[in-house]
Amino acid sequence: MDRTFYPRSRRVAPFFAMAAASALLIAGCSSGSGGKEAEEGGADASAGKADTPKMTVAMVTHAGQGDTFWDIVRKGAQTAADKDNVELIYSNDPNAANQANLVQNAIDQKVDGIAVTLAKPDAMKDVIAKAEKAGIPVVGLNSGMDVWQEQGLLSFFGQDETVAGEAFGRKLNETGAKHAVCVIQEQGNVALEARCAGVKKTFEGETENLYVNGTDMPSVKSTITAKLKQDSSIDEVVTLGAPVALTSVQSVDDAGSKAKVATFDLNKEMTDAIKSGDIEFAVDQQPYLQGYLAVDSLWLYKNNGNYSGGGEEPVLTGPAFVDKDNVDTIAQFAAKGTR
Amino acid sequence: MTQATAPAASSPSSPAPPAAHKDGRTAQRSLGRRLLARPEVGALIAAIGVYAFFFAVAPSFRETSSLATVLYQASVMGIMALPVALLMIGGEFDLSAGVAVTTSALTAGILSFQLTVNVWTGVFVALIVSLAVGAFNGWLLIKTGLPSFLVTLGSFLILQGSNLAVTKIFTNNVASDSIADMDGFDQAKSIFASEIGIGGVDFKITIFYWLIFAAIATWLLLRTKFGNWIFAVGGNKDSARAVGVPVNFTKIALFMGVGAGAWFVGMHLLFSFNTVQSNEGVGNEFLYIIAAVIGGCLLTGGYGSAIGPVIGAFIFGMVNQGIVYANWNPDWFKAFLGVMLLIAALVNLWVRSQATRR
Repeated sequence: MDRTFYPRSRRVAPFFAMAAASALLIAGCSSGSGGKEAEEGGADASAGKADTPKMTVAMVTHAGQGDTFWDIVRKGAQTAADKDNVELIYSNDPNAANQANLVQNAIDQKVDGIAVTLAKPDAMKDVIAKAEKAGIPVVGLNSGMDVWQEQGLLSFFGQDETVAGEAFGRKLNETGAKHAVCVIQEQGNVALEARCAGVKKTFEGETENLYVNGTDMPSVKSTITAKLKQDSSIDEVVTLGAPVALTSVQSVDDAGSKAKVATFDLNKEMTDAIKSGDIEFAVDQQPYLQGYLAVDSLWLYKNNGNYSGGGEEPVLTGPAFVDKDNVDTIAQFAAKGTR
Repeated sequence: MTQATAPAASSPSSPAPPAAHKDGRTAQRSLGRRLLARPEVGALIAAIGVYAFFFAVAPSFRETSSLATVLYQASVMGIMALPVALLMIGGEFDLSAGVAVTTSALTAGILSFQLTVNVWTGVFVALIVSLAVGAFNGWLLIKTGLPSFLVTLGSFLILQGSNLAVTKIFTNNVASDSIADMDGFDQAKSIFASEIGIGGVDFKITIFYWLIFAAIATWLLLRTKFGNWIFAVGGNKDSARAVGVPVNFTKIALFMGVGAGAWFVGMHLLFSFNTVQSNEGVGNEFLYIIAAVIGGCLLTGGYGSAIGPVIGAFIFGMVNQGIVYANWNPDWFKAFLGVMLLIAALVNLWVRSQATRR
């Protein structure tokens, strides 16, 4: 008899005790507000289902894994797919070569339509030409506003970043800001640079750019804090993404600055911050709409020969302003993660 | 000669004792056993399993065109996995291998564009730069005596930063300018990034290079003196040195081999896509190492083969594209890949232990 070997009951007893204790903890300490129960209040946007023949659409984006913004795009695409009797094949890779390969993968699968982002248009050119040669209609979304037509795409859904930036600048003139700092969280990202350039163009006060490392929130916070401390005349922080905006609210506190924060893009927490006045306003490019329209337009093209945008102009999904006046309406959708 | 022993360090074998003295130590092992002792057999079993699996669950995976896509994905990774595997057999790591590819492509693209010269000039300079980076890694390793993990971690960060900063200086952007309309581009494209149609399906040219390079690497490893040196320096550096193996030369040559691979893949990317993003390639170094490990290379050096990383890269390509062909949620891709890696590594371990059992 091996003395070091406990009888079975002695070994499992602690696990039972732990399980029981945690069950009691969960039951006894339920939160009176927030959490999953509050979230499940609203029903998802859903409608009937088309009786058109089943078709397959591939959506290939340049999203990284686990990105909030792209998750909303995907939800929009899925909603349209469910409604249109479409099987959606979603895939993504931030690396241009891999993204091109995923488009090739969709061609191999003989899908009925492809929706693609053109963040790196040169890398996608050949494979998109291949799709068109194979007779697969292609639409663009989110990025590639300036090349979608020359690459032969049917339609494009997105926001013109310069136009959005200019609208943002005009809005700042209304609020009476004098000195803005535009926080770019990814050095050299063309779309982000265009937004700041747009703000600079129409904003009558002074605008300067500040580069931060968006993948490292603590460093974002300290960089913005340092900037605000160094120049006390800054009265407006313009951020280009919701997570950075919420971080800069803390920076403003830390620096004891009087600056207000306004931002591009929206997320769930952002609506609360706008309600409470921490954030002045947000410009939303409506990612849900980008995903939804991209899939829906392929369905319309296949079943009714429609060209969304007439084949000449992109379909703009932004800039849509969210501020204190309309935040309540939008908050209920944002809470479900679809705005 | 894929035994873990250092061939150069072993003394000439004495004549076999007469059969009467058979005591199990010199018994000839069966053919099956000897086959199992090869480093790539475990990977081969795993590859057949993965292929059968996706063949069963994903109808579109069965098409030849899908196989071409899978092979292409595998070849771009596999061309780099070969020199990385040789380096690992030689007992060293190269963490800068991923960004070195981008460095090479950026060098050729930016240089050709800025000086408005024939793209072949850029290609040639990029080769020099890539080999220099490899030589620098090897030289630093020998001079400092630091582990290669640290040395190449340093050069990885240096290259990553330089990729962005230098590109920004010259192009005021984060990508190199397109060189698609310059002299020599079409010629270079036909060499580095063309397609070959076989039976109505286009196969990318990198697939053929990949297999040719694998054959060359196998010959180098098993049929040349240099191959013996690689096993020797990876097995035991000091005994290798003691019997006259040029350890420093071997290690620097291996790092330069990785540089050459990075140059080739870099050129492929440049001529496939005309421009190169400066932030790409980060993280790929681990994929090359993964391909080598799935293919039976040991992390400790002195053991492995050149055909192993070919199979390893093929497994990676199958999983990467197969998940999409099967229309699974791509959120799971990385998790699935990790499971695959562990299974492959365990299969390798098991096969090796079976093979060496008496």
